[in-house]
Amino acid sequence: MSATLHPDRESATLLARIVPLRGTSARRASLMVERSLMVYRRGWVIIVSGFFEPLFYLLSIGVGIGALVGSVTVDGTVLEYTAFVAPALLASSAMNGAVYDSTFNIFFKLKYAKTYDAILSTPMSPGDVAAGEICWALLRGLIYSTAFLVVMLALGLVGSPWAVLVLPAAVLIGFGFAAVGVAATTYMRGWQDFEFVQLIVLPMFLFATTFYPLSTYPSALQAVVVCTPLYHAVELIRDLTTGLVDGTLTIHVAYLAVMGLIGLRVAAGRLEKLLLT
Amino acid sequence: MAQAPAVVQPRKVPSAWSRTCASLGFWAFQYRRTWRGTVVSSILTPVLFLAAMGIGLGTLVDEGGRLGDEYLLFLAPGLLAATAMQTATFESMYPVMGAIKWVRTYHAMLATPLGVGNILGGHLLWVAFRVTTTAAIYLVVIALFGAAPSLLALLALPAATLCGMAFAAPIFAFAAGYDSPAGFAALERFVIVPMFLFSGTFFPVSQLPEALQWVAYATPLWHGVDLCRGLVQGTQELADALMHVGYLSLWVGGGVVAANYFFRRRLEATG
Amino acid sequence: MSTAESGRQLSVPLASVEAVATDSADPPLVHARGLTKRFGEFTAVDGIDVDVARGEAFGFLGPNGAGKSSTMRMIGCVSPPTEGTLRILGRDPRTEGPAIRARLGVVPQQDTLDTELSVRENLLIYGRYFGMSRAAVRDKTDELLEFVQLSDRAKDKVEPLSGGMKRRLTIARSLINDPEMLLLDEPTTGLDPQARHSLWDRLFRLKQRGVTLVLTTHYMDEAEQLCDRLVVMDKGRFAAEGSPRELIATYSTREVLELRFGADADNKVYADKLEGLVDRIEVLPDRLLLYTDDGDGSAAAVYDRGLRPVSTLVRRSTLEDVFLRLTGRTLVD
Repeated sequence: MSATLHPDRESATLLARIVPLRGTSARRASLMVERSLMVYRRGWVIIVSGFFEPLFYLLSIGVGIGALVGSVTVDGTVLEYTAFVAPALLASSAMNGAVYDSTFNIFFKLKYAKTYDAILSTPMSPGDVAAGEICWALLRGLIYSTAFLVVMLALGLVGSPWAVLVLPAAVLIGFGFAAVGVAATTYMRGWQDFEFVQLIVLPMFLFATTFYPLSTYPSALQAVVVCTPLYHAVELIRDLTTGLVDGTLTIHVAYLAVMGLIGLRVAAGRLEKLLLT
Repeated sequence: MAQAPAVVQPRKVPSAWSRTCASLGFWAFQYRRTWRGTVVSSILTPVLFLAAMGIGLGTLVDEGGRLGDEYLLFLAPGLLAATAMQTATFESMYPVMGAIKWVRTYHAMLATPLGVGNILGGHLLWVAFRVTTTAAIYLVVIALFGAAPSLLALLALPAATLCGMAFAAPIFAFAAGYDSPAGFAALERFVIVPMFLFSGTFFPVSQLPEALQWVAYATPLWHGVDLCRGLVQGTQELADALMHVGYLSLWVGGGVVAANYFFRRRLEATG
Repeated sequence: MSTAESGRQLSVPLASVEAVATDSADPPLVHARGLTKRFGEFTAVDGIDVDVARGEAFGFLGPNGAGKSSTMRMIGCVSPPTEGTLRILGRDPRTEGPAIRARLGVVPQQDTLDTELSVRENLLIYGRYFGMSRAAVRDKTDELLEFVQLSDRAKDKVEPLSGGMKRRLTIARSLINDPEMLLLDEPTTGLDPQARHSLWDRLFRLKQRGVTLVLTTHYMDEAEQLCDRLVVMDKGRFAAEGSPRELIATYSTREVLELRFGADADNKVYADKLEGLVDRIEVLPDRLLLYTDDGDGSAAAVYDRGLRPVSTLVRRSTLEDVFLRLTGRTLVD
């Protein structure tokens, strides 16, 4: 009997003020997160196991490639190779998690399960759905990033108090990629289009200064690498964990924030077009 | 108006081999719709990996001077074997489970003269074809990167196929025996990825702690990597090669027996 | 914009919906004038006028592709009209969609149950989407599972449920917010006869409780069972409007005589031979339909003319006959 519908009074949240998404409320968006929590209450093993992949990568590089390489020099500072790669792996796994959650999972719900069709016949708006799904991807990513950071601390791979900002930075990275991921997913026609996701993500993972410094490239290639979002994500986290922080930090943050906001705007608009026709 | 035949000829049952080919043909026919996408990624993936890891990371490793070989020459054949493993795994997980559970392709085939053995054989041959073509492209890319100094490298192609099938056959059994796709995520995360990272593809197994070295030596991937590396570099010794081939064949054989068992259990029980 | 009123409506339990009905000069729950929906060049709904009053059971009857679902999606505020006026619960769906949807229940043509959740969780989360508190949703969920006879399946996954069960769960879901109006798009398509009757029974009870029903169907028996008033829809327009009884009285005769002359017979030739015997004859590929007030009498007259049909059947007129008369086509092709 006490069921009440809160009007849109919460819609004037910070996010809504920055991106004017029509009819989006933080409270309603949070219901999408509530749904995901309900789903994963049974599937928590999947979430936990997701942490092992970056961990294996870190160990493999520490024991194997790190031992072969020894150290690298970045901006005149000598870094142990594992300490160089670890922050890049954290950034890449934040990207991978966000991309996976926002493409495969959402495509399934959009095209096959018709989950969103049902949700939109309630007071929920496409903006609520988009924002809610992205929030969930971010929360999930936050869990992984936290675990990874703990492992880095335990292995002595964190060299600066700036590292306290790693978690918010990882959330920002997740936001940037998840928002663009959802937007891209609304354009996908079938599963074969996911081949393109792979074709964008893999080269970025391999070339965005994940495994070696930018100076390794010829200058023409450097210019290309600097344009990729993962480069900014990797450099952001690396600056924080190594303590080599300078003004470029703001560029990295701005790049990712703008990317996320544009993605969110496009995603909400496209979802509205696809679902409310 | 055609005249009805006076005597009804008994229809000829196709031979076992042609029935297996019919099953193979089904998968090939399906592939016609999706092959473009896979060709792009089978060419780009080796190019990207060899450029990023072999040349880029290789610069750092070679500066370090701790590995005897040039890193590109060390890495390329390792990636060849690892790719064979990944292709075989990918082609054996969801397609097999889907054909049993969701699309029920196998059940449709059983309603024809095809038996369980033909269905399994044809599908395995199809995976072997996919592994071989992917590995062949990889090998060409390796040669173009100048990382295949020996003619023995040609033998790395069947070696990669064997390595792939050492995964495909047991995974067929796993996909047929285990009823939920949740198992695949675990298989990938706790078996395939660790093998990819620790079985000698990226660095010599000798760098691992001693106990883990023996685990690595027990994995089929290490045998595939070592065999491919020896052949591509032209340094493979015959005795080692025979040992690797024998060990990988054991995995293929054991996998086929197990897959046959689980296929029969799943397909014949439910009709 | 304020949605305070919708909050009040939501907290009203099913049983006292009538109480709400009396509290103001009630506008029609659905009010449409010249309502049009176009998808590119294609006109799905072509300028229809319709009013649905509170407490009514209103049906859109027509074949697939008549524009019923497009109309329903517009009424459900998930599809903006291309042209025309539309007011749902007295409000404008273009600007007040969420507030209107808060007071509607929707049963879509295809089940859109959340396959990642259990039966019970489907209702729990759906109530939450409407802004209900967890406690209220829990009570309502138990009540509704009881109502659609799924209490013993509460913890099961959705996937293994039968078609009829999924449909009942979808109906339970649509009732979670105590809607004032329930929109049902082809509620029983694809169900076996037993499941259909069980579903009709549930819908009939809702109607008795005062819930306004708006449904589409291409089954005339369903329309006759459930609807107080209906429109026959064809090619995006209304071909006729009235109660099932009125429609049959206006557009058909009391009885229909069905004659079959065998698989190879030329029904056209037989129709000519029966010229002038009854009001109207419809020639279908497999049979002739003779519209008459006295089926048995007409059957005797057929034999008197020396014709020997393989089978004869006398039945009452149905909405199928109305549709055939209005459009020259059968409902289920």
